[in-house]
Amino acid sequence: MRQAEACAAEAVAPNPVECLVRSDRMPHIWCPGCGIGTTVNCFARALERCGYPLDQVAVVSGIGCTGRVAGYVRVDSFHTTHGRAIPFATGLKLANPKLKVVVYSGDGDLAAIGGNHLIHAARRNIDITVFCVNNFTYAMTGGQVGPTTPEGAIASTSPYGNSEPPFNLPFLADSCGAVYVARWTAFHVRQLAKSMAEAMEKKGFSFVEIITPCPTLYERRNRLGDGLDMMRFFKENSVIDHKADTRTVGIGFQGQIVCGNFVNRDRPTFIEAQNEQLKKALGSRFVPYGE
Amino acid sequence: MKADPKGVLTGAHFLDGDHAACEGALAAGCRFAAGYPITPSTEVVERICARFPEVGGMFIQMEDELASSIAVIGASWAGKKALTVTSGPGFSLMMEHIGLAVMMEVPVVFIDVQRGGPSTGLPTLTAQADMMQARWGSHGDYEIIALSPSSPQECFELCVRAFNLSERFRCPVFLMMDECVGHMTEKVVIPRPEEIEVEERRYTSADPDSYMPYAAGSDLVPDFAKAGDGYHFHTTGLTHDERGYPVINAEAQNRLVRRLVDKIRKRAGEIADFEETDTEGADVVVLSYGITSRVALRGIKLARAKGIKVGHLRLRTVWPFPEERIQALGRKVGKFVFPELNLGQVVLEAQRLVGIDRVVPVPHAGGSVHDPEAIAAAIEEAAK
Repeated sequence: MRQAEACAAEAVAPNPVECLVRSDRMPHIWCPGCGIGTTVNCFARALERCGYPLDQVAVVSGIGCTGRVAGYVRVDSFHTTHGRAIPFATGLKLANPKLKVVVYSGDGDLAAIGGNHLIHAARRNIDITVFCVNNFTYAMTGGQVGPTTPEGAIASTSPYGNSEPPFNLPFLADSCGAVYVARWTAFHVRQLAKSMAEAMEKKGFSFVEIITPCPTLYERRNRLGDGLDMMRFFKENSVIDHKADTRTVGIGFQGQIVCGNFVNRDRPTFIEAQNEQLKKALGSRFVPYGE
Repeated sequence: MKADPKGVLTGAHFLDGDHAACEGALAAGCRFAAGYPITPSTEVVERICARFPEVGGMFIQMEDELASSIAVIGASWAGKKALTVTSGPGFSLMMEHIGLAVMMEVPVVFIDVQRGGPSTGLPTLTAQADMMQARWGSHGDYEIIALSPSSPQECFELCVRAFNLSERFRCPVFLMMDECVGHMTEKVVIPRPEEIEVEERRYTSADPDSYMPYAAGSDLVPDFAKAGDGYHFHTTGLTHDERGYPVINAEAQNRLVRRLVDKIRKRAGEIADFEETDTEGADVVVLSYGITSRVALRGIKLARAKGIKVGHLRLRTVWPFPEERIQALGRKVGKFVFPELNLGQVVLEAQRLVGIDRVVPVPHAGGSVHDPEAIAAAIEEAAK
């Protein structure tokens, strides 16, 4: 909080992002035209909108370009192992239910090596928020094919074009029981910031997929231009449809990107369900956890 | 600090080693556990599930051992004493997070109830073949602490000690049980809470603006800040500086890794824990740990009946290996005999310290304990 107060005390209207960023770690490692920084800007605005004391916010990342987000945000922040940000966050949240725990990681980290944890955290309805930045590739390691790479796209390990069908992440999260599921692109900064805030305020497992450009690897290999060209592509090829059936929102190579806040439902969180079961079984002997 | 009475089941009980380890964890103040079922360790978490709701603990059965081993690290960052339990195949999966706990300096306890391997091996039968994996299993260079109980009573006592050491040194600590000790049922006496010494985490009192998460004093162990306390700290598995920020160069690596190793290596004497019997004037000393210590007793008795002067040094802490004591004994004792339920692991340490020719291994591939006659025969051979 101290940082936010310091910002507020300045005569000039504070930039909400500055309060959240570890400016002593700038410049960051992200490439020109990369969309990850844009999403962090939206995250800062979402936090401001939610008004949480920053002392109570924790950011957990895995490994990869988006995995570096944890290193740049001025909250308790954890840069963990590849694919395991969600189970780390699960332990952190269950051990201190008062924390607002945000997992911030990339598509390769969350959907490939960490895919098992994603589906189980959604199933259990662990009260955490997952921001999944999807740039269609493993960027940190040089642009390999991944579980979100569109069919036909060129990557360093699919030099003749990807032949695997990618995951439709909103559908995956939805079908596993996430209570809030949305998708936006790095172009939709206002909608994204609002959606990030809604996701964090939602009790239970919330999931926001954010489509971003990777000009250095994905765009270059596929001759799609630079970061700005990709933003133009997002602008011209995105359709906002909050009511879209998540089964239909898969992304083809340079195909339409359906955006929206697709799912918003309520069901008991892991702790609520466990407390209820134990209360039923143990009666007054049981002191509900986290209360 | 004394133990929180809520978790202490004071009295004399008839418990197996797995259940006794659970009671040790509760007495030590463990209030978070994550696990994935695997024989022969599952009874530990089964008892935790039953006991935790009464003491305000949180147990979650995760989707695999990778998840369990990092959930406990997350929980520890929130200030809970945390535990996970597994056996061979699960232990292999946990290796990456042992490295993370070392690197982030997180107090956490891993119990490995050893079974025969490699791979799926002997799910229901004993072995002591994960000892070198405990020492070196995660990639990179580090020191580790591993304790080895030889009875249900020690499963209780050493589990408490494992938590205490993990808090004192801010590192993962292993309780290296085995199937025999885990499934052996004996009398276990749990003392009164005020008789159980429990170490609490050393939290920083620094101002949040000047707090450096990885700045350590003379004991090389940094003060802890937990999530939610307003320190807005950063921690990473990358090589980092005192601020916890990644620094990718040889100088930072040298400074960090040396401190991580030295904080344990320089205080190995304080961690060392062994029981020595009749080593004074002995011609041969049997070195052992875990279940093999009990089989060795019979072997020693058989050898003594033949007039051989045999001593016994039983390790309760295997890692760090008690180098000083073994070297000192090596100056007085001619030969050592080291039975283990593996084909030669910890024996290599003893051979390194006193010489290959002076330590006779008694290897066993696992699946049962040694025949005491084999240990006696090795003692006789050594005494020649």
